[in-house]
Amino acid sequence: MMKKWSLLAVLLLAAAIPGRPAPADAQMLMNGAGATFPYPIYSKWFEEYIKVDPEVRFNYQSIGSGGGIRQISERTVDFGASDGPMTDDQLKKAPAELFHIPTVMGAVVATYNLPGNPQLSFTGDVLADIYLGKITKWSDARIKALNPSATLPDQSIVVVHRSDGSGTTYIWVDYLCKISPEWDKQVGRGTSVKWPVGLGGKGNEGVAGQVKNAPGSLGYVELAYAITNKLPAAKVKNQAGKFVEPTIESTTAAAAGAAKSMPSDFRVSLTNPPGDSAYPIASFTWLLVYKDQPNEAKGKNLVKFLWWAIHDGQKYPSTLLYAPLPAPVVKEIEAKIKQITYSGKPLLAAQ
Amino acid sequence: MAADSMAGVGAADRLSLPPQAISRRRAALGDRIYRACVLASVWLVLVLAAGLVAALCWESWEAIRAFGLRFLVTSHWDPVAGEFGALPFIYGTLLSSLLALLIAVPLSLGAAIFLAELAPAWIRPPVAFLIEMLAAVPSVVYGLWGIFVLVPWLRDWVQPALATTLGFLPLFQGPPYGIGMLAAGLILSIMVVPYITSVSREVLLAVPGSQREAALGLGATRWEATRIAVLRYGRSGLIGAILLGLGRALGETMAVTMVIGNRPEIAASLFAPGYTMASVLANEFTEATSDLYVSALVEIGLLLLVITVVVNGFARLLVWSVGGPARGGRE
Repeated sequence: MMKKWSLLAVLLLAAAIPGRPAPADAQMLMNGAGATFPYPIYSKWFEEYIKVDPEVRFNYQSIGSGGGIRQISERTVDFGASDGPMTDDQLKKAPAELFHIPTVMGAVVATYNLPGNPQLSFTGDVLADIYLGKITKWSDARIKALNPSATLPDQSIVVVHRSDGSGTTYIWVDYLCKISPEWDKQVGRGTSVKWPVGLGGKGNEGVAGQVKNAPGSLGYVELAYAITNKLPAAKVKNQAGKFVEPTIESTTAAAAGAAKSMPSDFRVSLTNPPGDSAYPIASFTWLLVYKDQPNEAKGKNLVKFLWWAIHDGQKYPSTLLYAPLPAPVVKEIEAKIKQITYSGKPLLAAQ
Repeated sequence: MAADSMAGVGAADRLSLPPQAISRRRAALGDRIYRACVLASVWLVLVLAAGLVAALCWESWEAIRAFGLRFLVTSHWDPVAGEFGALPFIYGTLLSSLLALLIAVPLSLGAAIFLAELAPAWIRPPVAFLIEMLAAVPSVVYGLWGIFVLVPWLRDWVQPALATTLGFLPLFQGPPYGIGMLAAGLILSIMVVPYITSVSREVLLAVPGSQREAALGLGATRWEATRIAVLRYGRSGLIGAILLGLGRALGETMAVTMVIGNRPEIAASLFAPGYTMASVLANEFTEATSDLYVSALVEIGLLLLVITVVVNGFARLLVWSVGGPARGGRE
């Protein structure tokens, strides 16, 4: 009996000894909410960041970009996350100035189901007209002109799009808006739009499932999803007139191409950027943080984490098939992070 | 608690009371507590329900004010332009549920009758168990099965066959995508079959044997006895079973979303894609950014609640008119 008790006491002591210096009260919990698209890389970062600073824990809820914007605007979280930049209207409604901090990049690819799945090339014009319902057959002269060597069946194109509101959709339609004035006028951009034609699939897997199953279909999915599932992915003509294959490198190149004309608030669309090797359907995803932090300790942790994420953290995205930020953009974000303050005093310099 | 208060009464009092009175007083206090507890539970449930309705109304107020009754009768759903109309979703919800019942009711009643009336005794428990197992399959699994098995089968076999034989009806026209209203109705029917079957079976088993014996004694065949003596006797319970299935079909989200095609349009053809209220909520709520958009989605949630209540109320009326309130299937 004595033995048992002493064993228990030893165990309790062992648990109490600060071998891992993380007593519960010293830990700081940072709450965040928002986009689902970057959730895998964010949770990887939060896990890795424990090694950098064991005092900080993150609680991130991937409730969607809309939820992220709402929650940071209501100050119920310490940081928000969004796949689409906040509108001027939304920024005005927020109680204080918000910063958009780009973290990683994603791209959207056109995937299809044709006999033998030849490598296809598209221009934005043709993609827009297919999604507008103006090109309805695979054998259309305009598709043939872009793909002279491919055998294209005389079959209707089954257009597939996302049915759920999604950052992926935002990037896709943002690109179509830039290329096609008609799309811009008739449909516009948003996380969900009124699709002129097509079937809706829920999530990347829903779209990919429908494309895989229906011969003659064309849909769009995230780059990461297309790579892991080895889906055929079309080359798309970029602003420089080159047909570019969607890869992690060509996605990063899209941001590099846009770096020169980057607006200071980073609320920029990267679709159809300049640059020979830039894949044209790409975008940042952002963390949303207040310029003036309401809590000094939390603010310090937040800027430290952001700094780490855009530097050391950038070695993780490509393993999870996100595109890392290009160096010139990282430089610009550094300047932005330095502007984050607590009651007027910059937080990063104060460390 | 009861013993404490009894101690306070005093020994003299206690001695002067007959033993039955003591136990009655104790019981009265216990009963009061019991009554208070269950009353509190029922109030809590009612308050929760009222709170739910109030929250939905509050959150959807902006859309109600912006669109009024137009929300119910227009088919525009354009988040970019901020125009919202719920008609295609209401239509899709009702049509897909109706289709599901059309397919599931004969199937389920047939299975229930077989299991309750005709099947050899040894076969009943395993078959009933297997049918009830269907109810335990998560709906996302039905959805995946729908995408990968049901939809290709519909597209390659069923829809071309329907188009050539019944293609003159507007119901069976248009390109055979596989995905669409027909797929949604079919998958819903498979999902509600276990509910209707197992409740119907219980109802039929509760019909007294004397009913059957009387009918058979009068010279009825097996089918006549089932029809006249058993089904008639249990009809209010059977309607209840069907309504349980309908409730499930109206609210089902995931599996339907995966096969219905998610297109907010009212089409005559069952081959065409459609949309349901539950699906649009699941699809668009997370990424809805503008206030009006969120508000319109909440209003759809409110409408779904109203439709469910109306359908249930209608069902109650039906049960009453058929069997009278006191005569459930089990009596």
